[in-house]
Amino acid sequence: MKLTLKIWRQKDSNDKGGLKTYPLDNVSEHMSFLEMMDVLNEQLISQGEEPVAFDHDCREGICGSCSMHINGEPHGPDRGVTTCQLHMRKFKDGETIYIEPFRAKGFPVVKDLVVDRSAFDRIQHAGGFVSINTSGNTQDANAIPIPKADADKAFDAATCIGCGACVAACKNASAMLFVSAKVSQFALLPQGKVEAKRRVLHMVEQMDKEGFGNCTNTGACAVECPKEISLENIARMNREFLKASVSGE
Amino acid sequence: MSVLDAKIPEGPIKDKWTNHKNKINLVNPANKRLIDVIVVGTGLAGGSAAASLAEMGYNVKAFCFQDSPRRAHSIAAQGGINAAKNYQNDGDSIYRLFYDTVKGGDYRSREANVYRLAEVSANIIDQCVAQGVPFAREYGGLLDNRSFGGVLVSRTFYAKGQTGQQLLLGAYSAMNRQIGKGKIKMYSRHEMLELVKVDGKARGIIARNLITGELERHSAHAVVIASGGYGNVFYLSTNAMGSNVTAAWRVHKKGAYFANPCYTQIHPTCIPRSGDYQSKLTLMSESLRNDGRIWVPKNLEDVKAIREGRKKPTELSEDERDYYLERRYPAFGNLVPRDVASRAAKERCDAGFGVNGTGEAVYLDFASAIMRYGKEKATVDGEYDASEERIRELGEKVVEAKYGNLFQMYYKIADENPYKTPMMIYPAVHYTMGGVWVDYNLMTTIPGCYAAGEANFSDHGANRLGASALMQGLADGYFVLPYTIGDYLSNDIRTGEIPTNIPEFEEAEKSVKDRLEALVNNKGTKSVDHFHKRLGKVMWNKVGMSRNETGLKEAIAEIQQIREEFYKDVFIPGSMNELNPELEKATRVADFLELGELFAYDALQRTESCGGHFREESAEEDGPQKGEAKRDDENFAYVSAWEWTGDPGKAILHKEELTFNDIELKQRSYK
Repeated sequence: MKLTLKIWRQKDSNDKGGLKTYPLDNVSEHMSFLEMMDVLNEQLISQGEEPVAFDHDCREGICGSCSMHINGEPHGPDRGVTTCQLHMRKFKDGETIYIEPFRAKGFPVVKDLVVDRSAFDRIQHAGGFVSINTSGNTQDANAIPIPKADADKAFDAATCIGCGACVAACKNASAMLFVSAKVSQFALLPQGKVEAKRRVLHMVEQMDKEGFGNCTNTGACAVECPKEISLENIARMNREFLKASVSGE
Repeated sequence: MSVLDAKIPEGPIKDKWTNHKNKINLVNPANKRLIDVIVVGTGLAGGSAAASLAEMGYNVKAFCFQDSPRRAHSIAAQGGINAAKNYQNDGDSIYRLFYDTVKGGDYRSREANVYRLAEVSANIIDQCVAQGVPFAREYGGLLDNRSFGGVLVSRTFYAKGQTGQQLLLGAYSAMNRQIGKGKIKMYSRHEMLELVKVDGKARGIIARNLITGELERHSAHAVVIASGGYGNVFYLSTNAMGSNVTAAWRVHKKGAYFANPCYTQIHPTCIPRSGDYQSKLTLMSESLRNDGRIWVPKNLEDVKAIREGRKKPTELSEDERDYYLERRYPAFGNLVPRDVASRAAKERCDAGFGVNGTGEAVYLDFASAIMRYGKEKATVDGEYDASEERIRELGEKVVEAKYGNLFQMYYKIADENPYKTPMMIYPAVHYTMGGVWVDYNLMTTIPGCYAAGEANFSDHGANRLGASALMQGLADGYFVLPYTIGDYLSNDIRTGEIPTNIPEFEEAEKSVKDRLEALVNNKGTKSVDHFHKRLGKVMWNKVGMSRNETGLKEAIAEIQQIREEFYKDVFIPGSMNELNPELEKATRVADFLELGELFAYDALQRTESCGGHFREESAEEDGPQKGEAKRDDENFAYVSAWEWTGDPGKAILHKEELTFNDIELKQRSYK
């Protein structure tokens, strides 16, 4: 395959940045998108140019590091995958591909395609946990039976990889899908119920502080989410938030 | 040759840990506030250690090179975590888990450590459930289990194929609680590049801020290395791209012995390689071997026809298939341990039976499991006269519920539907049992420097059983290190803060700066990956699944050659004072180039075969075990612990003799 790549280059957070064009030849359809980027970078290095910086690590769709906006979509045209799981067979020979960083006020660009997603960590610091210490003498794991349906739903919410595609897809740069996934996981489990009110209030407060927008129910987040986290979680979070706001911590 | 003191407590094995905990020195809560601990790495071991130490009251500084602690590579573990809960009432016990782990490790692990691991395993599950980890459950609301390779009980707890993710997010949430309280100071996008010793004790690290490139000095009263394994020395492995040996190698070069570097686990069920551009290999959880049957065609004509696309695997009758694991190992069948399964796949492929273009692939087939589950489901649903098609449909749904995400992953990568045609798999480097030598307290040979999780060597011997890595990481971090580190730190309650403006820090920082400058200013002609790929090829071909003296000696010479060329000809674009991924890679590959050589020396001196280390010169020559690995307990029942002396080729070998009082040494038979 022969491709034309239009890639966002930005030296650092202060640089204005812009798109640069790179032709790339001999791309195999079996390559993953990031392997295609590796080939480009090898080529740039051999020409003495600086390679394109991008976040990546596990390359199997679970660490949540990779974060490219490809042809206007976070993680590109395929559904239910991260960029590292996207394969070149999804593109056509001769195609022009636009590659940009995730864009949101809460995710400032660090360099090229690398963005700062530490806002997500700070939202978790505000309440994304159950307050128990390591002791080794908590009660037996089977002491509280949990209906399979609840455990499965909690698991589905908990599979969020924190990549930020939901924010990048949203016209309001809202982080509701991300926050609601954690709120839902704990709200569905007896272990998380004790602190449910406090958790949702604190996490939402921090989310607003970080500059993420509001949800207007467009649903782009759930479409682009590589783990296919359901919008149902946002509804659950709204319910939890309302409950907590009315009755207090 | 010195004698290493493993500091194993006295008494019967089942009382050692309890007695040790009872006698250990404690630090009172008020004094813990005066003590700082550095934790490098935020995977299961590092994350759980950081959270637990902070809960106890120590001031923790945690470091990871990723942009968030949640992205450490423990996240990618799929299948599950073992614990001796005996919820299935199938005869499991602490002793049996201990026995299985020692036997699985081919009798090359330290008995006392393994027993402790089995002992605390049940607590891990309790702890994680209390944290809100959503393990898989049965309809009655209780926890579900599955079976893994090398054992005859069901003791593996799981969360679909994402157990590592859920456990790591549990540890991450525990960390978040402490970060929110200010008890953990988190340094993301920071890489440890040197250990700082003061008066012989570990007192801090030099870390590079990967965004600004700035070198930072961080001091503490103890340093915990929990930076994972070094499988990426093979270039292609199932490890994350950033996984590296640097933190462990830096403490090794400062005096910590490095143990059993040649013990590598090659995982049998990975997606085969497709081309030279390949950047990493993807694992398919071992849990698939619960239901998948592994085979290659019996006849070479069929192999040829399949490779040329003239035949499909589904067209072969049962008679035309060789289910070689079931044939060779009737007792354990497809659930033999990983090293055995990997070597058996290599044996068939070397004999010409590999089923894809590269000749390096075997089938993992779910057809019979789909029909079996389908029939069961049809009976439960009252569909007694269901057609074969209906049964298949029902069976596919059951298999999807069990392994859905793995099947989807396979489909995305291989572009083939594994519900309809068997998967193709081949072994790949996955885990390193070797690592920094530690005593019973997890302390290295440097006072105050600890190693936990995959970074240390102690629990898995020469081969790790499935679902035991998560168990060990969390056992070390939640339940072992937080106790044992107190014994050491109790001497530091009056020390006060360690200053960073002392010559020791200055020197360490300068050495890092010189190293980085030399790399950036080298201005050679070849990329870092060029050298890494070459190193990987040597390691895979000559220090991989099977090893022999000639190959190992060649490998040593070749690695030396690559290292020399690397320093002459590597090209790193950009500067030191910015985000520079090529420079990050270069520092890691430089360390791999030294480790690789020591790795080969270790494999060379161990002329026996054991676990993942298979020496062609040491195989059974006849009898029912013909061709299987031949261990030599008389001469090799020891841990090889290497001391750095300035050159990997001149490392000094120290031996920790292994004694087995509670388990009889036997040939490992899975027949």
